[in-house]
Amino acid sequence: MHAQVPISAYLILAAVLFSIGVGAFLIKRNIITVFMSIELMLNAVNLTFVAFAHSWHQIGGQIFVFFVMVVAAAEAAVGLAIIIAIFRTRQTLNVDQIDLMKS
Amino acid sequence: MQLALFIIFGALAVAGALNLLMQRHPINSALSLVVVMLSLAVLYWSLGAEFLAAAQVIVYSGAIMVFFVFVIMLLNAGKEERTTGSRAAYIAGIPGAAAIFCLLSFVFLTEGRSFGSTNLGGYLNHVTSNISELSAVLFTRLLLPFEVTSVLILVAILGAVVLARKER
Repeated sequence: MHAQVPISAYLILAAVLFSIGVGAFLIKRNIITVFMSIELMLNAVNLTFVAFAHSWHQIGGQIFVFFVMVVAAAEAAVGLAIIIAIFRTRQTLNVDQIDLMKS
Repeated sequence: MQLALFIIFGALAVAGALNLLMQRHPINSALSLVVVMLSLAVLYWSLGAEFLAAAQVIVYSGAIMVFFVFVIMLLNAGKEERTTGSRAAYIAGIPGAAAIFCLLSFVFLTEGRSFGSTNLGGYLNHVTSNISELSAVLFTRLLLPFEVTSVLILVAILGAVVLARKER
């Protein structure tokens, strides 16, 4: 009745999500989608924190996830403001065309 | 119960993440990321982190993703186009992500025996709830970092306003 799930299953699920986030970060060309894949990677790391907090019976992992959430909220606000500023000056969201520092 | 929750919502999270990768339009990617975050909230709850499950729903899928959708609609973002840069990223990106996944799952599987397994509802005794234990640490021992995050949020608000302002 009480089927138990090993902690490593949660960790591998987090690894799957993190790898998909890395792939999306490299493949996607829209700057908003690139930013969303960063959020996906942050969520995957949060899952490992919660799984380890469960595994070692410590509350510290959950507190770390709380701070990661706060910093991610601040990061999303600043990052999307930067995206709006970039779109206003360059009229594009494609990361290949935002190469101001290249030339 | 635990196994069923893990299988259903883990599969839902992976399917949402793959849908984020496959979709061309950013609004579809944003909505599939909401699916990932909501199923992760269920997984947090099954690991005994009730407060984090609620915070995940409220902060991530409630605030951050609504903000993303708002910006996508504001900028009227259309379908992304394939370029030569994206072809190079395909060649480098998929093997790189697969290599990271193989390394991580190798480590987790070899060390997996020492981690043990989970049981539903967490590890705490029934006297204290998850929220009271979390807040007891957060408001006594970690009070200074907690207050510093409020300053960080304030700086982020000011930075967002300054960056998104129209230049004159």
